[in-house]
Amino acid sequence: MIVYLLKRLAVAIPTLLVLIVVSYVLIYAAPGGPFDTERVLPPEVMANLERKYGLDQPLVVQIWRYVVSIVTEFDFGPSFQYKDQTVNEIIRQGFPVTLTYGAWAFAVAVLVGVSLGIAAAVRHNSFLDYLAVGVSIGAQVLPNFVMAPILTLVFTLWLGWLPGGGWQGGQWSYVVMPVIALSTSFMASIARISRSSMLEVLNSDFIRTARAKGLPRRRIVFGHALKPAMLPVISFLGPAFVGMITGSVVIDVFFATGGIGQFFVNSALNRDYPVIMGVTILTGALTVLFNLLVDLLYVWIDPRIRY
Amino acid sequence: MTLTSTLKAVVATAALVLAAGIQVQAAGTHPATGEALSDNQTFTYRLLDQFPTLDPQLNEDTSGYHVIRDLFEGLLNQDANGDLVPGVATHYAASDNNTTYTFTLREDARWSNGDAVTAHDFVYAWRRAVDPATASPYGWYIELTQMVNAGEILAGEKAPAELGARAIDDYTFEVRLDEPLPYFPAMTTYATLFPVHRATIEAHGAQWTAPGNMISNGAYVLKEMVLNEYHTRVKNPMYWGTDNVIIDKVTGLVINDVNQALTRYRAGELDHLEPLPPGQYPALKEELPDEATSVPRLCSYYYTLNHTESGNPALRDARVRKALSMAIDRDVIVDQLLKGGQWPAYNFTHLKTAGFRMPDIAYAGLSQSERDAEAKRLFGESGVGDLTLRLIYNTSESHKQIATVIGQMWKQKLGVRTKLANFEWKTYLNIRRNQEFDVARSAWCGDYNEASTFLDLLTTTHGANDGRYSNEKVDELMRASKTAEDPSAIYVEVERLLADDMAIVPIYHYANTFLLRADIKGWPYNNVENNWYSRNLYRVAN
Repeated sequence: MIVYLLKRLAVAIPTLLVLIVVSYVLIYAAPGGPFDTERVLPPEVMANLERKYGLDQPLVVQIWRYVVSIVTEFDFGPSFQYKDQTVNEIIRQGFPVTLTYGAWAFAVAVLVGVSLGIAAAVRHNSFLDYLAVGVSIGAQVLPNFVMAPILTLVFTLWLGWLPGGGWQGGQWSYVVMPVIALSTSFMASIARISRSSMLEVLNSDFIRTARAKGLPRRRIVFGHALKPAMLPVISFLGPAFVGMITGSVVIDVFFATGGIGQFFVNSALNRDYPVIMGVTILTGALTVLFNLLVDLLYVWIDPRIRY
Repeated sequence: MTLTSTLKAVVATAALVLAAGIQVQAAGTHPATGEALSDNQTFTYRLLDQFPTLDPQLNEDTSGYHVIRDLFEGLLNQDANGDLVPGVATHYAASDNNTTYTFTLREDARWSNGDAVTAHDFVYAWRRAVDPATASPYGWYIELTQMVNAGEILAGEKAPAELGARAIDDYTFEVRLDEPLPYFPAMTTYATLFPVHRATIEAHGAQWTAPGNMISNGAYVLKEMVLNEYHTRVKNPMYWGTDNVIIDKVTGLVINDVNQALTRYRAGELDHLEPLPPGQYPALKEELPDEATSVPRLCSYYYTLNHTESGNPALRDARVRKALSMAIDRDVIVDQLLKGGQWPAYNFTHLKTAGFRMPDIAYAGLSQSERDAEAKRLFGESGVGDLTLRLIYNTSESHKQIATVIGQMWKQKLGVRTKLANFEWKTYLNIRRNQEFDVARSAWCGDYNEASTFLDLLTTTHGANDGRYSNEKVDELMRASKTAEDPSAIYVEVERLLADDMAIVPIYHYANTFLLRADIKGWPYNNVENNWYSRNLYRVAN
C-alpha cells in the first residue's frame, strides 16, 4: 500500500511537468500576444515590456526559467494583465472563495443527489421515483447560467432577501446563491448515477439472498447495498470535486465573487500566460491528488480491490 | 442601577448624541447651490471589468483611469464641460512658441501622509513613465507629448534624467517640447502624467498600490481592494480642497454581466450603471426618465477597407469604395439596432470633438434613396461584376448584427456578397494587422479631445492604419496641422479628402448610455471624455 502510494506520487511529478510544458507551448502558439492592443505600440515600448516579462527570450529558455522559479521559490510569476498582482497573490485571494462555495456546493450536491437517487431506486417505478427523476432532469436542464439570473431575480429583486453579488469575505448571505447555482446540475448527475447504480445492486444475487433471509429493508439498503452502489458515484465525485472547488466562470461572472473560476477564460483571452499557467497547474495538481484519494477510497469500499 | 450599567447608559447616550451630531453635520446644504444634502454621501458604481492596475504610469485602461483620477491629482483637471481647471498647478505659462511650459504649483497640496507635493514628485513620476525599466505600455503617450528626449529614453539611448521636464524650485515645474504642441496642457489631465510618491514606491516595489501601502495626493485614498469583486475609496483629509468634497465614500463593484448589473441597479445596490444592455436604452428611458441618459462618447465605429495587395482588387477602385459606403443605411443601424442615441457617421472624427467643425460632406446631405441610386451608378460604372468580400469582426453580438445588416444592404443594392468571419479579440487584432481581410470592423476612441487623435490614424505610417490607406496629401496636411495656428481648417480639408476617396467606411459616432440615480447631482454630462471626478458629485436629500 505504502509502496503504491509512493509510486503514484512519483508519477505525479512528471505528469505535472508534461502539463506545464504542453500548456505553455499551447498558449504561446495562440495568435496575438499579451500586450497587443487596438493601438500598435511603438517598437521601443513593446521591447521594454517584453524584456521586463522575459518574453524576449526563446521559448525553451522561458519554460526553463518558469519551471525553475516554481521549483526553487514557488513563484508563479507576475500577472501580465493585472500589473499590481502576482499569480501567487491572485490565487491566494481567489482560491479560498471558490474553495468555499465549491465545497458547500459539493456537500449539497452529494447529500441531496445521493438521497434522491437512493430513494428513487428503493421505490422503483413509484411516484417518489418519478418525482426524483423529474427533479434531477429539471436540475440538469437548468444550467448555472440560467439558474444564476433566475436566482438573482427572485431573491434579490423580488424578495430582497439576498445581495445580488459580491463576496464580502464569505458572509453566508453572499454564499447562498453561488452554492445553489453551482450545485444543481452536479446534484442531478449524482442522483442519476446513484439511482441506476443502486438499482443494479438491488437486483444482484447477494441482495436477493439478504432478502430471502428476511432482513429488514433498511438493513439491506444501508448495510449491504449502499457501499457497492457508491463505487460509480465516487469515481464521478473525484474530478467533480476538483471542478467545483476551482470554481466556475459562470458563477464568478454572475455573482462577482472574485473567485479564480473566471481566470480560466479571462486569462486565456488576455493572453495572461502566467495566470493561465497558475490556474492550470493548480487544477492539474488537485486532479492528480483527488484521483489518488478516490483510488484509496475504493480499497476501503470494495475489499476485493488490492494495490 | 449598578456601576457598570450606569456606565453603559452614559456611553450609550454619549454615542447617540455623537451620532446625531455627525448627522447634523453631514446633512447641511451644498456650499454653492444651496441644495439640501442627504445624510448618505456614498456613491456606488459598476465596473465592467477589474481595472488592471492603479499605478498611474502603468495604467492604460479607462476603468482604471476613473479610479486613479480620484486617488491622484495631476497638474490640471477637467471641469464639467471638459475644460481645463487648476489641479496641483494653479496656473501655467507657455513660451518659445508653445515649446516650453512652466507650471506654478500650489503650496498647500499634500500627499495623504502629510508630505508636500512638489515639482520634484512630477519629475520623478514623468521620468518613471519613460524609464525602460518601468516598461509602461503608455510610453507612447509621453512620446505623443513631444517632450524632449522621451523617445530616446524609451529606446534606451538616453538616461531618464535627460527628459525635458525639471523642477526649477519646489513649486515651479518646467516642461520642454521638441515640437510646438498647443494642447499639451490638456494632456496633463491623463493618469500617465500624474505625480507618484517616491518613498512609497521605493519601499514597496510592485505592491505599492495595495491599500495600506498607497500614498496618494487626490481627493480620495484607497481603502479596500479585492480583485474582481470591489474596491472602496474614502475622502482624503489631506487633500487641499477636502472641505469642498461632499461624497465620503465611493465603491466600485465589478459586475461583468450587464443584465445582472441591471438587476442589481434595480435592487438598489448601485447608483450608477454603464453601459446599458444593448438595445434597451429606449425602454429604460421610458421606465426611468430621470435616470437613463445618453451622452456623446469620443469614439467612431467604422469599417476598414483593405487597400493592399492582399485585399480584393475591386477595393482599390474609389468608385467601389464609395458605392459600398453609400449603400449602407446608417439610420437603420443607429435607430433600429443600437437605439442608444448614437449618430450616423459620414466622416471619421466624432462630431462632438472639441473645436471640430463638421465639414460639408456631399453624400451626408443626400437622402438614403439618393445615396442608393448614386451607389448603384458608381458600382455599375466601375465595371466590377461579381464581388465577394470577406468581412471580419471581433466576436460580439452587436458587431455580428451590424455586419449581417450591412451585408444584406450590399447584397440587395449592389449584388455584393459578403463572407462573415469572427474572431476573439487578440486573434482578431493579429489578423487585422496582417491585412487578412477585405473589410474589417474597427473603432477608434480619442486619446485626447482634439480631431488629430482620429485623423492621424489615416496617415501612411500610423500603426493602427490597418487598411494601409495612403494619401500623400493627407500626410502632408496632417503634418502641417501640428504647427498651424488654427488647425481646424486643415481638419475640414482632410475629412473632405477622406470622403472623396472613401478611405474608410464611417458608420456611427458613439454615445454612452447609463443609469444614474436622480438624487446624485454634479455629473459632468457635457464632458465628452466622460471624465467624472467623485469630488464634484453629491447626493441631495429626497
